[in-house]
Amino acid sequence: MDVLSLRGISKTFGAVAALTDVDLDVAAGQVVAVVGDNGAGKSTLVKILSGVHPQDSGTITFEGREVEIPTPAAAHKLGIATVFQDLALCENLNVIQNLFLGQEIRPLRLNDVAMETRSWELLRQLSAKIPSVRVPVAALSGGQRQTVAIARSLLGDPKVIILDEPTAALGVAQTAEVLNLVERLRENGLGVIMISHNMADVKAVADKVAVLRLGRNNGVFDVDAVSTEDIIAAITGATDNVVSRRAQRGTPS
Amino acid sequence: MTAVTTDRQDERLQERDGLRGALADVVERARGGDLGVIPVVVGLVVIWTVLQILNPIFLSSANLVNLTLESAAVGVIALGIVCVLLVGQIDLSVGSVSGLSGAVLAVLFVSEGLPAWLAVAAAVIMGAVIGWVYGQLFNRFGVPSFVITLAGLLAFLGLQLYVLGTKGSINLPFDSGLVNFAQLDFVPAWLSYTFAVIAAVWLFASGYLHARERRRAGLSARSVSALAVRSAALLAVLAFVVWYLGQTRGVGWMFVFFVALVLIMHYLLSRTKWGRAVYAVGGNVEAARRAGINVKAIYTSVFVLCSTFAAVGGILAAARLAAANQSSGGGDVNLNAIAAAVIGGTSLFGGRGTAFGALLGIIVIQSISSGLTLLNLDSSIRFVVTGAVLLLAVIVDSVSRRSRTSHGRA
Repeated sequence: MDVLSLRGISKTFGAVAALTDVDLDVAAGQVVAVVGDNGAGKSTLVKILSGVHPQDSGTITFEGREVEIPTPAAAHKLGIATVFQDLALCENLNVIQNLFLGQEIRPLRLNDVAMETRSWELLRQLSAKIPSVRVPVAALSGGQRQTVAIARSLLGDPKVIILDEPTAALGVAQTAEVLNLVERLRENGLGVIMISHNMADVKAVADKVAVLRLGRNNGVFDVDAVSTEDIIAAITGATDNVVSRRAQRGTPS
Repeated sequence: MTAVTTDRQDERLQERDGLRGALADVVERARGGDLGVIPVVVGLVVIWTVLQILNPIFLSSANLVNLTLESAAVGVIALGIVCVLLVGQIDLSVGSVSGLSGAVLAVLFVSEGLPAWLAVAAAVIMGAVIGWVYGQLFNRFGVPSFVITLAGLLAFLGLQLYVLGTKGSINLPFDSGLVNFAQLDFVPAWLSYTFAVIAAVWLFASGYLHARERRRAGLSARSVSALAVRSAALLAVLAFVVWYLGQTRGVGWMFVFFVALVLIMHYLLSRTKWGRAVYAVGGNVEAARRAGINVKAIYTSVFVLCSTFAAVGGILAAARLAAANQSSGGGDVNLNAIAAAVIGGTSLFGGRGTAFGALLGIIVIQSISSGLTLLNLDSSIRFVVTGAVLLLAVIVDSVSRRSRTSHGRA
């Protein structure tokens, strides 16, 4: 049962068709990697799902119901959480303050104890390695910050979580930590959409790979059944050229 | 050995309990560039020592009573400056707005004969409206606050001169409640001591309840003995201050009013959702916006607060002087208010500072001013010294910011 299904999503910016007839399905407890070259429409897709831009046409089905996502708040309310590439954390605030930013418990007399308890719960759920939640985020490493950003997105009990390039700026060990985190999200029964450029990461954690090319679907692969070369071929369009098209038509060359 | 609390399970955390642990934390934070109130306390000790050596009257009870009364007006203005600095903006027009507010008060109260409360309310509301206009200009047109308020500085100075008319100066009657409040009303000794006891008991009780709640939730908490020591220390300090000021006139109601405002602002900034939003906007506007914070509303609220505090400060200054004239709010008021906020540890880069900074900062500024006046030094020298101290505070701010970056605490 797919928790989130996109059908025929199109979006144009002026004369540029950023997305044309894109389909995507995510099931609960499944990690779907969305890959594609620069300008393939990955970011546009993320923005549509997170409510930054509404789509021009096409339908979004969430938990069996057709839904509209006009604003970020609407996405949040539905249960679609997005972790943007730049994380959007306030470095001068500590981990608890960042986790609960904008959704503090008891607005007129903040309940620090409840927020700290819940913070530890969330971080433990992710097996996060953060020694103290009372340090400013500035004191954390890149991987730890990514953890905080993901933990924050979990606060509203989302069903689907979108990670935009979660490992782009990280070192080897930190990347491994974040990949563990993605697996932990899957174990917790969330649908995960992971935007990535890194084939190794995709092969490591994804169940399914959806390839976008020039704003169109260019194949959905089962990770176990596809080689890295095939994915790269789909991304770059190496299979989509005069020669291969002739081969498909079956005319002898 | 008790069970390990939820927040102390990471093996990398070092055990730091009791007084020694607290001290170690302070030292380490200071090394990392998170200086807090250390520079201002050190500065205050140095300034007081030097001035006392130069003139033995400086630390006399009579002079210190005077100092507390003198600090209230500009201190209230500095409180507003702390708020705008926290969101990473600036208001350069607080001096003019305070002068205008004093002028409006005097005209309505003396020339028009309105009741005092109505004149005060009108001046305060005018301050709020000015702040609201700043907020709208800032949000709608994206003009830097520094330019908007620089324009305001000149425009409201002009308006102040216009309101005062050709006379240029209006005296407030000495028998009015306003002037009494600012010059003659002192808290009776018994009530001052009661306030001190209430503060200490309050600190202990709130700390104890918080610690109990934390322990129940399985988190680490301050021990009762540490809380008791902290409250006893506060009681000792407050009792000494009350006793020493009580040697002459005592604690002025106007100073109590200022401290009350500081406490209210401290609560709003540290314990409410609004306060968190202010720090978040100062730290990372984009992150705050994405977290669903209404950034424009926060900017507007902060500008309104700052101008309102400036207006209140103007009223206090007029009451203290028993007059509003063309030079009210002029001269060094602007700079003193901003300097007090910065000296009190509020960062010019936004997102860092406390309400108590305004209290400590204004006492430093006022001490310099009072000490140099006692030495019969010309105002030219006073300006130079105040400017140098402000420069020093800004340098400390910048250096500690760099140090925070290199220690991963920025």
